[in-house]
Amino acid sequence: MANNTKKKKRSSGMNMVARSYVKYFPLFLLPTVAAFLIGFIYPFCKGIYLSLCKFTTTSDATLIGFGNYVKAFQDPTFLHAFWYTALYAVVSLILINLFAFMIAYALTQKIKGANLFRTAFFMPNLIGGIVLGYIWSMIFNGVLAKYNTSILMETKYGFWGLIILMCWQQIGYMMIIYIAGLQSIPGDMLEAAKIDGATEFQTLIRVTIPNLMSSITVCLFLTLTNGFKLFDQNLALTNGQPFIFQEDGSVVKTTEMLALNIYNTFYGQNISARGVAQAKAVLFFILVAGISILQLKLTSSKEVEA
Amino acid sequence: MNKKLVSVVLSAAMAAGMLAGCGSKAAETANNENASSTSAAAAPAAAAGEGSVYWLNFKPEADKALQGIAETYTKETGVPVKVVTAASGTYESTLTAEMDKSNAPTLFVVGNQAAVNTWGGYCLDLKGTDIYNELTTDEFTLYDADGKACSIGYCYESYGIIVNKTLLEKAGHSLDEITNFETLKTVVEDIHANADTLGFDAFTSSGMDDSSSWRFTGHLANMPLFYESRDDGWTECPAEIKGTYLDNFKAVWDLYTENSAVDKSTLATGGYDAEGEFKQGKAVFFQNGTWEYAAISEVLGDDEIAMIPIYCGVEGEEKAGLCSGTENCWAVNANASEADQKATLDFMKWMVTSEAGTTLMAEQFGQIPYKAAADSKNKFLADSAALLEAGNYNVAWAFNYTPNVNDWRSGMVAAMNQYDNGGSWDDVKNAFVGGWAAQYKAANAG
Repeated sequence: MANNTKKKKRSSGMNMVARSYVKYFPLFLLPTVAAFLIGFIYPFCKGIYLSLCKFTTTSDATLIGFGNYVKAFQDPTFLHAFWYTALYAVVSLILINLFAFMIAYALTQKIKGANLFRTAFFMPNLIGGIVLGYIWSMIFNGVLAKYNTSILMETKYGFWGLIILMCWQQIGYMMIIYIAGLQSIPGDMLEAAKIDGATEFQTLIRVTIPNLMSSITVCLFLTLTNGFKLFDQNLALTNGQPFIFQEDGSVVKTTEMLALNIYNTFYGQNISARGVAQAKAVLFFILVAGISILQLKLTSSKEVEA
Repeated sequence: MNKKLVSVVLSAAMAAGMLAGCGSKAAETANNENASSTSAAAAPAAAAGEGSVYWLNFKPEADKALQGIAETYTKETGVPVKVVTAASGTYESTLTAEMDKSNAPTLFVVGNQAAVNTWGGYCLDLKGTDIYNELTTDEFTLYDADGKACSIGYCYESYGIIVNKTLLEKAGHSLDEITNFETLKTVVEDIHANADTLGFDAFTSSGMDDSSSWRFTGHLANMPLFYESRDDGWTECPAEIKGTYLDNFKAVWDLYTENSAVDKSTLATGGYDAEGEFKQGKAVFFQNGTWEYAAISEVLGDDEIAMIPIYCGVEGEEKAGLCSGTENCWAVNANASEADQKATLDFMKWMVTSEAGTTLMAEQFGQIPYKAAADSKNKFLADSAALLEAGNYNVAWAFNYTPNVNDWRSGMVAAMNQYDNGGSWDDVKNAFVGGWAAQYKAANAG
């Protein structure tokens, strides 16, 4: 009886402590919330507001309504940039994940120097985009010069050049995520598969990959959004060249991706284009957010509990 | 519920205190800025008890000189002068970002009509100011539609083909031989043919990367633009152009690219250093402007260099002068505090009236259109003036009319790159003529 009351007292005492902590939760949340408000919510709302304005600088804008969106949709270069970016994102997503998985798979087998390899493969990630663009432009042009051409001459060179560059940069990063996933697959499961007589391939398809779905979700998300948001490398490698000149004098910048198109609209033209560029940026956000949410839904539903 | 609210408010207050504590330095400077932007008397920041100057410069090659000027002025008057230089080709984006800040530039560059359309609202009307009254000519003043004097020229420049006379003579030629395109071509092709034995080539590289492409899509493209503007009497940006003189443009471009040590298929990605090549004596000819004098005179004496007109085969070009004009026009930020505006106007006046200021301006920018201008030692400007005195016509900067200039030029760059790699000249024509019309339409769409 006495023991019982003591227990009761202690537990209610615990609740008291917990309750007094709970009171302070806003204090602990505040730094993050403040950062989120200042760094994301405010600029985001301002961005939406500016997309409805005509402006020279962001602090000096006049509301004009939805005209900017109409112009953005009518802009053929924006449409071209969208399809080009979509194609690029899909191709890079497939290649990066395929190679990253293969390398991760190889490096989780017991081979000598696996750690060294992992480090080496991860390194390209540490170089910034613009620098990488210029370095690779030198490499590609060094090779293409032999054929009397350069990366700026043909759309396909620019496209595959960018794919190679991004593969080189991102495979290492995705590989690390896949390695972590592979290492967390319970050994007894693999052992059981072996005992049951499953071949290597069957183990990979039936055991390894289903258990790896959470890593795959993350990697697909990252490569897809990276593909759509690509800017620095695009700017440094080709800056949209080569151009195709239309009958009416307008220009299609064949290797210009969405983010670069927005940037060029903002700075390349007169001030009325700045609002259009902002409207494009809002559309761009909706697009990237929509596609990545869809992808997350699709892949995370396939995740299994180990 | 109430308690919760109290704790939220409390924590907010606490955090605010913390943030303020961390950022005390930033807060101080911000306060100073606020002070100087509200009233002059209350501004403790400026040593002279007045405003300060922030000049956003757009010529990287002038940066060193301007920093020196700023330092001299601060030493003399105590008024702080900050000079920031935007990287080559990024002036518009740098200006856009800087103008949004609370300590925006007080002095910036509005160099052509397109810039007036963009930034006119930010320009103080300079008419009637002390510095405006010092001007000797109104030719370089840019007005907006309402007649406001948005910006005034602070120097004017010439460009043409810079010649290393010593090398030219070594190759067995002299400047007197060159009087038009045909004679220029003969000399250039002769030098290029003998480049191996001479140890130098005719032209420096004509790189088409951002650091150098403006020399061609901007300055060289001025040749066909100028002659067309002369024929048709442009007074404002025409909605369409004809490209009458594009063949001449092609002839010069071919001359540049086929008579240099650099393979023209590599020009697109560029990365060359034409100025360096010229200074090292690797080439005789280098298309650039008077602003290069400071760099070139480091290694070559005045008697070794000259600047000649860009000849492109237009009739009567024997009487052509250099291409003279300016994009160097000062505008004063209308949104700056009165104290800052006054400090800026005083600084501008000092630059063009005081002995120290005019000497520096003459050294660094050459000729300035102001009453008290000092004589310039710039050899290229002297060449320019000599040509005009001899009765040659000035090739004005018709490219200042270009609509959506960045986009138009990037189209030209892409088309010329294709051409250099065996593509058709039609693309260049299209970029030049069609691109102009398309950009004009885009720029005037409202």
